[in-house]
Amino acid sequence: MSAVADKYSELQDLGVEVFSVSVDSHFVHKMWNDHELVKMVDGGIPFHMLSDQAGNIGRAYGVYDEEQGIELRGRFIIDPDGVVQAMEVLTPPVGRRIAESIRQVQAYQVVRASGGAEATPAGWMPGDPVLKPGPDLVGNVWKEWKPNE
Amino acid sequence: MADKPQGCARVTGAVLGDPSPEEPVAKTNDETVKEETMTARVGQKAPDFNAPAYYKGSFTNVQLSDHFGKWLLLCFYPGDFTFV
Repeated sequence: MSAVADKYSELQDLGVEVFSVSVDSHFVHKMWNDHELVKMVDGGIPFHMLSDQAGNIGRAYGVYDEEQGIELRGRFIIDPDGVVQAMEVLTPPVGRRIAESIRQVQAYQVVRASGGAEATPAGWMPGDPVLKPGPDLVGNVWKEWKPNE
Repeated sequence: MADKPQGCARVTGAVLGDPSPEEPVAKTNDETVKEETMTARVGQKAPDFNAPAYYKGSFTNVQLSDHFGKWLLLCFYPGDFTFV
């Protein structure tokens, strides 16, 4: 979570609000923040740390592991309409790469700003050309975009 | 959002909306009727919920739908004081 906190200002600049969720109580969240995370991130965790002790939220998002009683590393991007646009779920031993979540948010924001007229090709980074799907693009993607560029 | 007495009850997150579908229709045989639960899917509305939270020194409550209108990043993780 400290990795997300570290990128929080970048996320805020993009208008993104962050919520973390685990099966720990909010009291334990306080202890973790105050005693460990504050040593990794200046000022501690800047976003809401949610408690889901019974796993209800985790079940609704398909990330609650009934056998272990924990939540898997699920990451969901929700757009301003409340629609889930992207999800990623990792088992516990591998951490996320927050930069990739930020890139995906940026891509979804470009698509949304275009009203769905634009799409971002594989590997798209902010500033890269976008594709405008339509009759003229059929069979002609190669003119606009190559996988190795 | 105001500070409420915490008490000692074990509070937890709760899923909201589209609640308990109609009482399960007469169970046939001894087959268990599976309870209908909302599962998040891309392209679909995010399941709404309410949960107690810790936020910058205070205890508060978060309802996801109160924050619709912004982009949201929801991150689950296995547990506090774990290593990754």
